[in-house]
Amino acid sequence: MSASSILLHPAAKPLVFALCLLPVAWLAWGAAAGGLGANPAEALIRGLGDWTLRLLCLTLAVTPLRVRARLPALARYRRMLGLFTFFYACLHLLSYGWLDMGLQVADIGHDILKRPFILVGFVGWLLLVPLAATSFNRAVRALGARQWLALHRLVYAIAPLALLHFFWMRAGKNDFAEVAVYGIVIGALLLERLQRHFQAKSRASA
Amino acid sequence: MLIRIRRDGFDEPSGSDITPRAAYLQRRAWLKALAGGAAGTALAGWAARDALAQSRPGKLAPLAAGKSTVAGAMTMEKTTDYADVTSYNNFYEFGTGKGDPARRAHAMKTQPWSVDVEGLVHKPGRIGLDDLLKLGAMEERIYRLRCVEGWSMVIPWIGYSLSALIQRVQPQGNARYVEFVTRMDEQAMPGLRTPGFDWPYTEALRLDEAMHPLTLLAFGMYGEVLPHQNGAPLRLVVPWKYGFKSIKSVVKLRFVEQQPRTLWQKIGADEYGFYSNVNPDVDHPRWSQATERRIGEDGLFSRKRKTLMFNGYEAQVGQLYAGMDLRKHF
Repeated sequence: MSASSILLHPAAKPLVFALCLLPVAWLAWGAAAGGLGANPAEALIRGLGDWTLRLLCLTLAVTPLRVRARLPALARYRRMLGLFTFFYACLHLLSYGWLDMGLQVADIGHDILKRPFILVGFVGWLLLVPLAATSFNRAVRALGARQWLALHRLVYAIAPLALLHFFWMRAGKNDFAEVAVYGIVIGALLLERLQRHFQAKSRASA
Repeated sequence: MLIRIRRDGFDEPSGSDITPRAAYLQRRAWLKALAGGAAGTALAGWAARDALAQSRPGKLAPLAAGKSTVAGAMTMEKTTDYADVTSYNNFYEFGTGKGDPARRAHAMKTQPWSVDVEGLVHKPGRIGLDDLLKLGAMEERIYRLRCVEGWSMVIPWIGYSLSALIQRVQPQGNARYVEFVTRMDEQAMPGLRTPGFDWPYTEALRLDEAMHPLTLLAFGMYGEVLPHQNGAPLRLVVPWKYGFKSIKSVVKLRFVEQQPRTLWQKIGADEYGFYSNVNPDVDHPRWSQATERRIGEDGLFSRKRKTLMFNGYEAQVGQLYAGMDLRKHF
């Protein structure tokens, strides 16, 4: 079976959907069964943040992979991965608001405004909202493909914001090993787009 | 300048709320007697609550101790589970992950062990662990521990006041600070290769802070000797300061005149001050210090608790900082 026929298999999409739900199922199970260690609230909030970053990287990887590996069928998965990024970002924000701030809206607002590291994460989530809200087919038609594409390029701003949020969180520990891994992945995925952009430009002008 | 302390009479027990020690000891003796008699099984659990030293985890060598009589040394709060206290640790020499110390610290050799005393003292020199163990009477003290990261535990430590050691080495008149240094074991400690840290780990106290009876030189916890990840074979416990001031696996004390710069000050002087007293009114630049999460308390959705000034030891240590601006000297 070729890669392309696997991607087009009717069971493939539900399978990827289930795979994307696995981390949250695993974290929820851990929280219920006491398997998240001495500080389960922290483990849950951080775990959901980690998975937001991972799904963001996966989403950004779809298009370059599709082009370079010549797998047009990958395009079927982009929206789903993008929406899962938003799903995990929402759970991350909710778990912080609930477990850390006790769902006190005033406290949350105060915390967001006072702390750059929280603010950056919150802005990243805010920018995800219009992308998720315009992810269905009718929204694409209503906006027009050009505007829709322009709007969804917001993800190029969201990725560095997410990375900065993570970097600031780790800055206290002076532990940047994991930040560097995400930085390299996100940097490569964004550079690839810049490169393609300039290639297209030079082709257009030639 | 006078430091005003806000009290709403809610966060901290007032003097009249605290049961006199003699009274609660009597109550417990009564409960124990009852538990041993007719009401046996029903009350056995109750009686076991105060038998902390006896119901030890059974993982390491026992360390006998009497109950401390130092003022403020015995909080009545529920102690944190031994499993949590030994699996959720910061000991960066073994890695920055909370689980790294429990996984790796066993490789650190704790025998033979000695502590070097240097600087402005009349009796400098090297003191072996056996001599240190005999230097003072072992006391059990149940302290709150508040980490700068916003979590807290309640731990029954065993040791004696650091002042016993300080008195023995006789500081000279011009000694104003004590600097502490942790073990640096290149073979056992992969964290020493982490860039950005100026090893070895050093901490320091003002001499009057070091002499305070609550400042504990700890050799054990939960009725046993210290596990490696918690700072074996001996560590400091300064209960009114953030946890990182309570240096682990001590190998050196140096008495000096000038305020030393600590490891954490070198990393970020704007985030980690010299004093690092627990203070709900002075936030860390990246998070609030007004509340804390008590580890192991009531599950995932339990509300965080309000952090108390000086971690609740204000009555005992507040006078050490009279006249100081605690925003500046944080």
